[in-house]
Amino acid sequence: MSEANRPLGTGESTFDRRRRLMGRAFAWLCGLATSVGVAALAVLLVDLLIDGLPRLNYAFLTSFASRFPERAGVKAALAGSVWILGLTTLIAFPLSVAAAIYLEEYAPRGWVTKAIQTNIANLAGVPSIVYGILGLALFVRALGLGRSVISGALTLALLIMPVIIMAAQEAIRAVPSTIREAAYGLGATRWQVVSYQVLPMALPGILTGTILALSRAVGESAPLIMVGAVGFLAFTPKGLSDQFTVLPLQIYNWVSRPQDEFRELAAAGILVLLALLLSMNAVAIVMRNRAQAQR
Amino acid sequence: MSTTYDIDLAGREPALEAIDLSVYYGDTHAVQDVSLTVPSNKVVALIGPSGCGKSTLLRCFNRMNDLIGSARVEGRVDFHGQNLYDDAIDPVEVRRRVGMVFQKPNPFPKSIYDNVAFGPRVNGLKDDLDATVEQSLRSAALWDEVSDRLTDSAYALSGGQQQRLCIARTLAVKPEIVLMDEPASALDPIATQKIEELIYELKKEYTIVIVTHNMQQAARISDYTAFLYMGQLIEYGPTETIFTNPREERTEAYVTGRFG
Repeated sequence: MSEANRPLGTGESTFDRRRRLMGRAFAWLCGLATSVGVAALAVLLVDLLIDGLPRLNYAFLTSFASRFPERAGVKAALAGSVWILGLTTLIAFPLSVAAAIYLEEYAPRGWVTKAIQTNIANLAGVPSIVYGILGLALFVRALGLGRSVISGALTLALLIMPVIIMAAQEAIRAVPSTIREAAYGLGATRWQVVSYQVLPMALPGILTGTILALSRAVGESAPLIMVGAVGFLAFTPKGLSDQFTVLPLQIYNWVSRPQDEFRELAAAGILVLLALLLSMNAVAIVMRNRAQAQR
Repeated sequence: MSTTYDIDLAGREPALEAIDLSVYYGDTHAVQDVSLTVPSNKVVALIGPSGCGKSTLLRCFNRMNDLIGSARVEGRVDFHGQNLYDDAIDPVEVRRRVGMVFQKPNPFPKSIYDNVAFGPRVNGLKDDLDATVEQSLRSAALWDEVSDRLTDSAYALSGGQQQRLCIARTLAVKPEIVLMDEPASALDPIATQKIEELIYELKKEYTIVIVTHNMQQAARISDYTAFLYMGQLIEYGPTETIFTNPREERTEAYVTGRFG
């Protein structure tokens, strides 16, 4: 029987069978790899919920740390994290966006710009403890800001600026050049082109990058230990020069204690940290969608 | 050698005059010593095969090449007796007085109204903005189609409407000259015809320089035609002469479709 007359679905060769099975095996393998990640996350979350949920109540949120587990809470750490995050955003966001605008729209294309660009990319990969040492030497000691909220926020701002700058550059670069040409062609100045057209179009991308960077900042502990965040604090920061602690540090402090009750507190603390992270992301997603809807 | 015929200026000063104009991209000599006079209130078509430098030449007329870092311009472009490339000239002002419409419709991701209002706004011409917008849309033959939905996104318009919106946007800053870089090449025949009719209307008030790939289009709409080849101006003169009785052999070969 010639090939042309053979009905479909008959006469499968060994080669055909092998490639069909290979295709199926590959799909299964990829699916398995995905489920490993999902399963690990699910186990972690369930474990946390079992340990932490009973401890999670209003008193937990409004009490300071204590050596009695039943009286201990995350008030100081939560307040510290919110302070640090807010200040870090206020410092890092405008500086990073301005730097990205300069690099993309104003800087002359030359080796200096290229060198700066390479440096920023490298800075994004520097271990956070190095930023902690820098923060200790520069903000705490040289500038005399002490072991304070502002020292911590400045240090974290330095840490996440490279990430925001690169994300913002990416977003600015993604604005089609035809839009810039159209605006220039109507007699707009560079500033007007950037502020009326480029930035509004790049904003969703910039916000996404900022959220990712802030999510990294909220989980940092090493650089904050270097600039003097403490693990046990019985007051919330009232100003920029106050001492502070943050959620990851409080959690670590609890985890390292021998009693089971403190481990449960740690689990509850992690849930609070996750909630903070998720609500931050939610706010940013709403902002991004609103920026996108304006088109 | 190139041929330039007498250009009838009808006793008025030319809208634009390029004199020994050269453009380099790095080592590439994209436009070579082009001299060309653009008379007022006429349509001048720039034709030639891809890569001949016609778009580059067009972009010299409102200093759009300034935006390309590697481009270098030599020679002069006179506009009301001033060289556009003089150090004292601000390219921002040049671009307001010499507007440009691009190959692909490129409206801003904003409402129809805001698209047209952008130019007047950035140039501080905010008096009677509504009237300016309406008048510009009317001049671009778009008003009747969009008057009841000015706040809709410009992206909701068809390709042809978007291009007329881009023309309206250009007219809103009241330029003297409108440069068009293959304005109909991304449009269907009916939309193209509307743009061509529009160009015919617009030359009463504006001087138009248009780059086109489409020779029939050049023949239909332009008063003068310049043929460029490999960065050189080969022949420039009245459109009828260029298409029916050109002096240069390369021009004849191109307009009769033997190459290009």
